[in-house]
Amino acid sequence: MQPLLEIRQLRTDRLGPVDLRLQPGELVQITGASGAGKSLLLRAIADLDPNTGEVRLDGQARDALTPPQWRRQVAYVPAETAWWGDRVDEHLPADWARDDAEAFLERLGLEHGALDWEVERLSSGEKQRLGLLRALATGPRVLLLDEPTANLDEENTRRFERLVRAWMAEREAAALWVTHDTQQRDRLGGRILTLSDGRPEGTSWT
Amino acid sequence: MDLIRLSPFDLALAAVLVVLLAGVTMWARMGVGRTLLIAAARTVIQLLLVGLVLQTLFDHAHLGWVTLMAVVMLAVAGYEVMARQQRRFAGMWGYGIGAVTMFVSSFAITVLALTTMVGPSPWWEPQYAIPLLGMLLGNTMTGIALGLDRLTQNVWRERRTIEGRLALGASWSEAVTTMRREAARSGLMPTINAMAAAGIVSLPGMMTGQILAGAPPVEAVKYQILIMFLIAAGTGFGAIGAVWFASSRLFDHRQRLRLDRLKPGRHT
Repeated sequence: MQPLLEIRQLRTDRLGPVDLRLQPGELVQITGASGAGKSLLLRAIADLDPNTGEVRLDGQARDALTPPQWRRQVAYVPAETAWWGDRVDEHLPADWARDDAEAFLERLGLEHGALDWEVERLSSGEKQRLGLLRALATGPRVLLLDEPTANLDEENTRRFERLVRAWMAEREAAALWVTHDTQQRDRLGGRILTLSDGRPEGTSWT
Repeated sequence: MDLIRLSPFDLALAAVLVVLLAGVTMWARMGVGRTLLIAAARTVIQLLLVGLVLQTLFDHAHLGWVTLMAVVMLAVAGYEVMARQQRRFAGMWGYGIGAVTMFVSSFAITVLALTTMVGPSPWWEPQYAIPLLGMLLGNTMTGIALGLDRLTQNVWRERRTIEGRLALGASWSEAVTTMRREAARSGLMPTINAMAAAGIVSLPGMMTGQILAGAPPVEAVKYQILIMFLIAAGTGFGAIGAVWFASSRLFDHRQRLRLDRLKPGRHT
């Protein structure tokens, strides 16, 4: 079966080489000490930092797509999301149906009117959940999630996990999930890639 | 149309005022007395030198000499733009972006004004060409320096926003659009303000000079209006061009934000 995301010899000046294959519907967890290069790996895959190597989505080379096309399909959700407008809905694509967005809000445990909220009064947990919502709006095939539930309570963490799982099942999408939480690690399951010093550890796959 | 010539004694009398001021600042321990005197001395030396250079240039009017003078002025202005940046581009880009946009806008506008509006003969007549170019360069320099400084500072501060937008599939130009607009605007504001206040709050320098030299006020005003428009166009196009050019240089061919192309900020 052709992998959904294929990474060969990915390097930046502080990372790599990394080889990785994700099958459709597969979730791979990434762990490692802070500074081990977990965020750098996600950023390099999203093509936000200069990097070399080969990255393919569905067999198609990354360079064959424009960077915006690539980043809509391979969505990077940083640990701390950035907001530039005054209200939440300014950060969503204009062509996204409001009903769809409302449905996601409910699944994330957010109130109905959350799209009209002012960004200033969002809590960090609300920002993380709305950050996922905003990333899903572009219809990504691969989610690059950088400690996405660090500021969420137990209940909302579960909601978040369920929504990502449902998205992956519906769209045959894949995810790379950076986490430190050992309980979450057990819940999410799947393969685990451990990075140290920017490289996968020798026996990294468990 | 007589110009009252100033004698060295007149200048010395004015210098006494500056010396008095320096005395007062020293007495008040303001710590600027020395700087003030050095600055005053620099004014005397630099202006006398420029006066001599201009006199020589007028006596030996030749396109080659005028061009040389213009190039020297541009080189100094380019350095000035670079020195005013808190976070400038590393390598030759730090100098190049300011100098190239300044060259294009102020040289083009000066040549256009000389050949079509003022029309001296020959068109590069130094008595007209050098002061025109000087006024244009001086103002474009400020506009471009302000615009570039604002751009790099804002982009540096808002890099998370920019990368956040890129990650959501925005193009580099969409991701930087608000910072670019604001930077170009800040480059243009001084000129717009100067035009709006001209004649009410202050009498513009060139007009004042011509009136002192005996020109009829209405003629002086016409020159001033011409110059104001030229400065507005030169500064505006220069600042917009520099900001656009610089913002594209902040991203690479894969639309990645490349802050590593800037030098680390100075702590002043």
